[in-house]
Amino acid sequence: MTNTAFNPRSLLASDVGGRRLLMVLLAIAIFVPILNLAVPESSVFHVSTYTVSLVGKYLCLALLALAVDLIWGYCGILSLGHGAFFALGGYAMGMYLMRQIGDRGVYGNPELPDFMVFLNWQELPWYWSGFESFGFAMLMVLLVPGILAFIFGLLAFRSRVTGVYFSIISQALTYALLLAFFRNDMGFGGNNGLTDFKDILGFSLQSDATRATLFSLTAIALLLSYLLCRWIVDTKLGRVLIAIRDAESRTRFTGYKVEYFKVFVFVLSAMIAGVAGALYVPQVGIINPGEFSPLNSIEIVVWVAIGGRGTLYGAVLGALLVNYAKTYFTGAMPEVWLFMLGGLFVISTIYLPKGVVGVFQKFKSKVAVEPDDPSIQSKEAAS
Amino acid sequence: MTVSHINDDAILYVNGVSKSFDGFKALNNLSLILNKGEMRAIIGPNGAGKTTMMDVITGKLRPDTGEVIFGDNIDLTKYDEAEIANLGIGRKFQKPTVIESLTLFENLELAIAGHRSVFQALFHKLSGEQTDRIDEVLDLVALPTRRNELAGALSHGQKQWLEIGMLLVQNPELLLVDEPAAGMTDAETETTAELLKSITGKHSVVVVEHDMDFIKALDTTVSVLHEGSTLAEGRLEDVQNNERVIEVYLGR
Ligand SMILES: Nc1ncnc2c1ncn2[C@@H]1O[C@H](COP(=O)(O)OP(=O)(O)O)[C@@H](O)[C@H]1O
Ligand SMILES: [Mg+2]
Repeated sequence: MTNTAFNPRSLLASDVGGRRLLMVLLAIAIFVPILNLAVPESSVFHVSTYTVSLVGKYLCLALLALAVDLIWGYCGILSLGHGAFFALGGYAMGMYLMRQIGDRGVYGNPELPDFMVFLNWQELPWYWSGFESFGFAMLMVLLVPGILAFIFGLLAFRSRVTGVYFSIISQALTYALLLAFFRNDMGFGGNNGLTDFKDILGFSLQSDATRATLFSLTAIALLLSYLLCRWIVDTKLGRVLIAIRDAESRTRFTGYKVEYFKVFVFVLSAMIAGVAGALYVPQVGIINPGEFSPLNSIEIVVWVAIGGRGTLYGAVLGALLVNYAKTYFTGAMPEVWLFMLGGLFVISTIYLPKGVVGVFQKFKSKVAVEPDDPSIQSKEAAS
Repeated sequence: MTVSHINDDAILYVNGVSKSFDGFKALNNLSLILNKGEMRAIIGPNGAGKTTMMDVITGKLRPDTGEVIFGDNIDLTKYDEAEIANLGIGRKFQKPTVIESLTLFENLELAIAGHRSVFQALFHKLSGEQTDRIDEVLDLVALPTRRNELAGALSHGQKQWLEIGMLLVQNPELLLVDEPAAGMTDAETETTAELLKSITGKHSVVVVEHDMDFIKALDTTVSVLHEGSTLAEGRLEDVQNNERVIEVYLGR
């Protein structure tokens, strides 16, 4: 009935989409580095470093979409500010990478990043201390988004801010951070952000081997996060989340402190978003305040809606599909992309309420009776 | 706040409660005492304040004035909905409210008495005893064959029953049941009345209903609410012959 043990095999017993997704992730985590590093460039099987980095970037965004689906698809919390947690995780990683540059910057200052030298700063601000340590920086990747989500969530959910009001204040949150990070005196590089990274843990970020390794790590992070989310939505906690989504007051009158459940899942989701940001930054080589842009956060929700809300693997699929399309169309017809994205969103909301995965399910289940609900997975697992 | 004149048998003591919405008094100096194991039927025209009274008892609304005491001396106005539920008060809404995208079994699993914290939910496992109890209640509300179907697929009346079932597994001392017979056939209404009567004694029950046949079948003390206060109280026959009640129901 209930999955209490973290057992991937039983977790995925009824999650066909998830099983396929994880097999693909495992396969690319293993074979893409081989095809990139060991297969000669002349071979048709060679995967270019450009492709590795591009797909690696998509996988980070898919992880971000997974985080959003956990709260939106299962608990009905429509965060339009999740890009903020992604960006904060990215900045934490970026700060570590900046410290790794050492005296190889343009100004050759062993302590201070170039932008601080440029601003005539004499010493490192206190909040930059510790980031020379990889372990500390990774802790911050989790803690900074986690603590912000905790405070923001506690305030919002305890005052029972829900629905569109929550969406609006989450937009305000990411917008406020956008403005703050644009300021030079914040100490995060102003509108240029953090860039010109050299290496990570001593490995050059320019080398193919490092890039391939980052790619595999991203695929594995996505795989593990998927399992974690699947486990959570299959426990009783997951069913409480669904209850909150479907009938919040019923859940309260049944004795559940709705605000605590929301805070828990919101914090977890923010941490996953932070990890996604941290994996993104070394692969794209830069983090700047643009990542806090309210539009970015809205885009994430569009990926999830197009892929299929409340299924987890739909969110991953949606992020991959839409971002692939974005790469293609912003190259081919940059001026139409935003209209296309908007159009896709409208079409998917009106005609594909269960997203792309809903279409798959419909094709397959002409025989089986399909419950009319996005969170069908949790049901299958429970019965 | 001092609590005056509660008899030892009282489970619910509502005293002088008023609640206004923008100057409109939905509850006006309302008082009501319910004894342990008692069933009380509440009738009254639409807008009399019946649902508002339940909102005040269950922590959804705070009264402007007055006291609401549960059991020996628990001041309910100090707690929120979830805390009040855990103190032992269960509520069925006027509009049936179940978790539509969970199965019937899962709905009852969420409601069954027990821990309610986040981490306990993460590592929760139903005991055999609890599973048996859920199946027993599914039988009781006549839905055993729908066990693994989604609650959203139920008819209006069946949702009412599932919600009553959720109350039963929650095992509260006091049940507040708002218009349980709405949308039910005559036979279903009769069964519901029997069900509520059968749990009275072990639990205390407050039932709000419009359906006079249903109230008659409950065969218990009736309170008539009108414009936010109690107009009359007593056996249904007596209340029905009360002139003021007739006036309110038949119009002046
Ligand atoms: N949240 C609210 N805001 C404003 N008015 C309300 C609210 N809740 C109830 N009322 C008003 O209070 C009165 C009593 O409503 P209610 O308790 O639902 O009546 P009943 O359940 O007896 O039909 C009605 O006139 C209703 O319009
Ligand atoms: Mg009512």
